[in-house]
Amino acid sequence: MSDDKQVNKGRRNLVIACGAAGGVAGVAAAVPFAASWLPSERAKAGGAPVVADISALEPGQIMTVEWRSKPVWIVRRTKAMLDGVTRDDGKVSDPKSDVPMQPEYAKNEYRSIKPEVLVLVGICTHLGCSPQSKSIEDKAEIGPDWEGGWLCPCHGSKFDLAGRVYKGAPAPVNLEVPKYTYLSDTRILIGDDTKGA
Amino acid sequence: MKKLIGLAGKTGCAPFPPKGTSPSRGIETCGAYIPRIGALLQSRCNSFLTGLLLPAAVLFGSPAAMASEGGVRLDTAPINPTDVISLQRGARTFANYCLNCHSASLMRWNRLTDLGLNESQISDNLIFTGAKVGDLMDVAMTRKDARKWFGAAPPDLSVIARARGADWLYSYLRGFYRDPARPTGWNNTVFENVGMPNPMWQLQGERVRVEPAAKDGETKEGHGGAGKSVKYELVKPGSLTPVQYDETVRDLVNFLVYMGEPAATSRKQIGIFVLLYLLALWPLVYLLKREFWKDVH
Amino acid sequence: MAAAEKPPVSGTGSVVLDGALTWVDQRFPLISTWKAHLAEYYAPKNFNFWYYFGGLAMLVLGIQIVTGIFLTMNYKPDANLAFASVEYIMREVPGGWFIRYMHSTGASAFFICVYLHMFRALLYGSHRKPRELIWIFGVLIYLLLMGEAFFGYLLPWGQMSYWGAQVIINLFSAIPFIGPDLSLWIRGDYVIADATLNRFFALHVIALPLALLGLVMAHLLALHEVGSNNPDGIEIAKHKDAKGIPLDGIPFHPYYTVKDILGVVVFLIVFAIIVFFAPEMGGYFLEANNFIPANPLQTPPHIAPVWYFTPYYSILRGVPPLFHSQFPGVVAMGVSVMILFGLPWLDRSPVKSIRYRGPYFKVALAAFVVVFLVLGYLGTEPITVWGQFGAWMGNADRATVVARICTVIYFLFFFLMPWYTSIDKNKPEPERVTH
Repeated sequence: MSDDKQVNKGRRNLVIACGAAGGVAGVAAAVPFAASWLPSERAKAGGAPVVADISALEPGQIMTVEWRSKPVWIVRRTKAMLDGVTRDDGKVSDPKSDVPMQPEYAKNEYRSIKPEVLVLVGICTHLGCSPQSKSIEDKAEIGPDWEGGWLCPCHGSKFDLAGRVYKGAPAPVNLEVPKYTYLSDTRILIGDDTKGA
Repeated sequence: MKKLIGLAGKTGCAPFPPKGTSPSRGIETCGAYIPRIGALLQSRCNSFLTGLLLPAAVLFGSPAAMASEGGVRLDTAPINPTDVISLQRGARTFANYCLNCHSASLMRWNRLTDLGLNESQISDNLIFTGAKVGDLMDVAMTRKDARKWFGAAPPDLSVIARARGADWLYSYLRGFYRDPARPTGWNNTVFENVGMPNPMWQLQGERVRVEPAAKDGETKEGHGGAGKSVKYELVKPGSLTPVQYDETVRDLVNFLVYMGEPAATSRKQIGIFVLLYLLALWPLVYLLKREFWKDVH
Repeated sequence: MAAAEKPPVSGTGSVVLDGALTWVDQRFPLISTWKAHLAEYYAPKNFNFWYYFGGLAMLVLGIQIVTGIFLTMNYKPDANLAFASVEYIMREVPGGWFIRYMHSTGASAFFICVYLHMFRALLYGSHRKPRELIWIFGVLIYLLLMGEAFFGYLLPWGQMSYWGAQVIINLFSAIPFIGPDLSLWIRGDYVIADATLNRFFALHVIALPLALLGLVMAHLLALHEVGSNNPDGIEIAKHKDAKGIPLDGIPFHPYYTVKDILGVVVFLIVFAIIVFFAPEMGGYFLEANNFIPANPLQTPPHIAPVWYFTPYYSILRGVPPLFHSQFPGVVAMGVSVMILFGLPWLDRSPVKSIRYRGPYFKVALAAFVVVFLVLGYLGTEPITVWGQFGAWMGNADRATVVARICTVIYFLFFFLMPWYTSIDKNKPEPERVTH
């Protein structure tokens, strides 16, 4: 009787040991298959950071670059525009950018590294349309208090010249500020903030 | 291990002297030469048909392009895949001498970080075009244009080492000699009547082939047998000695082998672990089998 | 009361597991299937080395399906993109090279296992009554497997892929009257083209794998219906105990599950050595020419099929053209494969296993193995590989002469089998199995 129990225990231990070893082998074998779903080198190259040259960007002008198939707006804001941003503090639902739609260095009044240059991902945070740029001259269309910014044509969300969403808009949060850094005064690297000045 | 960073010797693409011109003409870009070669070919073939047949003859005329069954004995390529400095030198040679007519469009520039270079070293020293380090190693010449200009498009070299083998490439790149009978002025012992001139003629210099005297009873009709020794004579020395040239080619072939399968080193490293694990698992499952089979008579 | 009715199902003592299994079993033949095909399927206890390969073939089928699915996630079945997409998998998809090498090695491993599995049948008479249908399903699996390999080989769109497919499809055009139209219909174009690639992709990825899975199931069901053969070739069902269990039988589970696990580990060791250290196998598993993108204008000097087709290719090549047609060669090649279906009826021996057969069959089988291997080797080489005879033989290629002799022996193995198996001096079979 005790022999049987011992034989059974030995057998059971072997089964468990082999099962465990086989399980480890199975998991190890599954790793390359699961890894094959990670972004490939082609995907990573397509999603690589983009350099934007802002040397020709005049004050008050906006330019668009493509990064990860998304439009990225770069605006050289004038002093008047920055004052307008301050005046918009009361109109926007998240004036202090509490919701993390921007990197730490853009969590400020003007949502940028340097106040005069704004970098935003041009995709509405409601359902993904690309808002249209509406300057202060479009007051007639939008309203007498309009300081400039963006209006999304799909469902009417409005954003100010710091990309902050207006109260009452369908969009829930401010426009995303991507990671970016200055490689020089005239070149911005969008998508990566680990190198540069 | 010292990194080979001094790649400032980039020369742009290497020209080759068309037949009948002096090689001491100054360095010109390939772009200027390409229409010249095309014109050279076309001036000899007035009709479209002969224009079609000439490259076909170039292609089909070469017997046994693949296996050296013409009897050419190949030299063993003395490459060391773990020698990262050799690979870096090979990458430099490749970018300077090959990557203009030939593309390597299945290889990405930033993969060369395998060789111990960082991305700015790669883009500063190896990328002569405006390509980004994340781009593929393409060339501007389309295959269609290449066919038109050269008669046959120079093949993409991404996996050439897997198709031809290291020994073939090593022998081929050291097998060029001057041949006035060929349109390019060059021929090759390993690839008879090849359409490609010697891209590294400035390094190797110019050689002619010296026919060995026929031995008693032997005719010259047989295929180039393994016993037939090929002799060259260096008529114009290049910037490298023959030994240095061989080393350059060795590094280039080393790089081509790496480029053919960049994952080769990690494949073998992982394989060792897998094999050790399985070899350890084997006695375990054998004991399991033996334990259960005790019951059987 | 409820506890007494429920038998312990899982054997682990877990109430939850037992309950779940019972719930399923009341709605699905889970336990009865488990018993019939594993725990109470009684197989002969004397299985030897040759009995590993059926299970290993199933393992490789699983490997091919899983790796194939993941390859399909990144492969592009377009003539302009296919070659590059394979290199994309090799270089840029994380783990891609591993998946690709598993699939290419698995293809050859599949044929090694299948050939050894079929050889086992010849050794021990597993094709004989009452197992003829198992054998027929098996030959069908073999045919579909050859088709699967043929379609799959076009996909990398290399020079060998292209020209190998061109040659084989051109064989169909040798069929009188309907040949050229048939080839056109198969290709979907005047030469191998994108249309051909796309349809071969569909056949390779879905159609044939489904058919193969169905046939494998049929193969196993037919086997379990009559029970397994064994190295002695005797029927263990002839001697059963009081409970109806064959005296020489042991339940497949746990004995052969545990033995097959051992076989799997040893197989994986060899498999891993190839995948990680020699995936090209000297150009036999991954051919050098196939690293050149397909070029319809340039034929490589030596077109040869992959090694597992070469015996039949040798036969095809050896038959001279008759009436200006290569059709006789095509017919010979076709017959050389299809003759396998006839084996259960060609073999007239009163004994099944080679252990008790007389010398005629042993010599015949040995000769068959030798000519199969020689034909296979010759098919991988150009026809000039062994040089030429002198003028006394009309300067014929030695390899052609040898291939023709081997072809004759190959066919004689089958065509003479009814005769030499009937007159063979067999030994008496034992009543109970031996080892």
